[in-house]
Amino acid sequence: MSGVLAVLEQRDGVLHKSALEALAAAQQVGAELGGKVFAAVLGSGVDAVAQTVAGYKLEKVHAIDHELLKQYTPDGYTAALKALIEAHRPEYVLFPHTYQVRDFAPKLATALNRVLVSDLIAHRVENGALVLVRQLFQGKFNADVRFAGEPPYFASIQAGAFRADKLEVGSAPVEKTVPELKADQVRTRPLELFRESQRAVDLGAAQIIVSVGRGIKEAENIAVVRKLAEALGAELAASRPICDNGWLPMERQVGSSGQTVAPKLYVAVGISGAIQHLVGMKGSKTIVAINKDPEAPIFEVADYGIVGDLFEVVPALVEALKK
Amino acid sequence: MKIVVAIKQAPSRDSQLKVNASGSWIDDADLAWEINEPDAYALEAGLQLKEKLTGEVVVLCAGPERAGQTIREALAKGADRAIHIETEKYGPADPLVLARMMARALEAEKPDLVLTGLQSDDLGYGQTGVILAEVMGLPHATIIMNIEPSGGGIKVKRELEDGWFQHVEMPLPALLTIQSGATKLRYATLMGIKKAKTREVRRVAAAELGGAGEASIRLERIYTPEKTKQSQIFDGPAKEAAAKLVEKLRFEARAI
Repeated sequence: MSGVLAVLEQRDGVLHKSALEALAAAQQVGAELGGKVFAAVLGSGVDAVAQTVAGYKLEKVHAIDHELLKQYTPDGYTAALKALIEAHRPEYVLFPHTYQVRDFAPKLATALNRVLVSDLIAHRVENGALVLVRQLFQGKFNADVRFAGEPPYFASIQAGAFRADKLEVGSAPVEKTVPELKADQVRTRPLELFRESQRAVDLGAAQIIVSVGRGIKEAENIAVVRKLAEALGAELAASRPICDNGWLPMERQVGSSGQTVAPKLYVAVGISGAIQHLVGMKGSKTIVAINKDPEAPIFEVADYGIVGDLFEVVPALVEALKK
Repeated sequence: MKIVVAIKQAPSRDSQLKVNASGSWIDDADLAWEINEPDAYALEAGLQLKEKLTGEVVVLCAGPERAGQTIREALAKGADRAIHIETEKYGPADPLVLARMMARALEAEKPDLVLTGLQSDDLGYGQTGVILAEVMGLPHATIIMNIEPSGGGIKVKRELEDGWFQHVEMPLPALLTIQSGATKLRYATLMGIKKAKTREVRRVAAAELGGAGEASIRLERIYTPEKTKQSQIFDGPAKEAAAKLVEKLRFEARAI
């Protein structure tokens, strides 16, 4: 066992909110398998963020620094990390399951003739080997997955699967590396980041959120759920398909591509609970689910649920709230 | 422009799925099948590009015999021809083995652009497109909302987290994975359905493409997740369930 490497995402010197969860996962896996734990940050001018990471209990922090890594590109990141992995041969390489990781980690694994186990939610150790748990069919089932063949073994970790507040602090040395990268290796040209909606609604500040999903069927029916939001004094939100259809503005979308919320009360109406939605709301204090399918994954995270037709249940709830 | 759209057949979204007796996969005996939803958006993006720039849309699908139906539906929507990699019932061992077969099947095609959905609704690895790009030696971008020609290449709009987007310019040939929901999907017309019957479907056995490659990851067992939370579920008449829920929210959770 030659160690666990956590690849931590940063932008403009700020770590991604899931990066420390990947580091916590690496510490945990390292402790269980008896291996040393390493971290890597990539970019241009990453000294400061590398120093932040060095404040945790680690063997070493690799600061991979190159002008061509200033902006993320799959070609640049893959080339730099491939060189690092070939030089240091970690047994396990862990990533947070971010959009950026989804963009390059499968390419990196392929370049090393391996396959990434993506989006894992849990793990256990059996006979010295990792068994990874990931979701199938939009969260309806879980699967146990094992690595086959030789290391390195690659896995990305779903947001919230490991807790950053369990990180062990320490003091690690930083090793700076300037990888050999040439401009013509990077074939895509990333332009500026931009946002489309003005974000007039800050769902993050709402105490109560009523959220609506595919089960609502038609735009006209949103009014049914709006009445419930009004009765509860709640902000109205939605899962992705509702915003894609233009039935509610994009700024009201909860989930991995929308806002992450943790209100006192979250009422999910006609939302099946695909992973992409759950990561945006599972930190809510009390979760209520209303869905006609008793097997819907949303019930896995719900404190209270009503199995039934939302077009009967929601008006009944509005009535009951008046009493 | 020659566009290849890689699609997958998946159980239809409304399916009541159950794990099979051995826990190796779902019980797929009486399922209805359809195009994996994200791939339907990739197909739509390909058809729209072809209409704008002229060219050809070739559908690539790996799957058992039943996938032929999904291929016909793609042809009926306007794809010009198809390549069907005929696999065993449960398909290749992992997405790298699959991508290598797909790359071999495309060797003679030399597409300008390869499109696919960002993930599948069944396995949900969200990797096959990116792996295929690496195997084919193509630049790629994922979670794409829009594609437009730019210089000799393309400019794409990529979705990032938390409501951010980014434009990326890249040369052709290239591979893109397409985000769901960015456009409206078309329906097959009667004329399209008629024409689809005459369009070429090239069938290649997975074995001819080196199908039984060695897996790097192994799916051991699938199962219904154990509940981590104790949920209180109310059913029965809506009025009674609603009254119970409101009482619980007021006096137990103290959430309202």
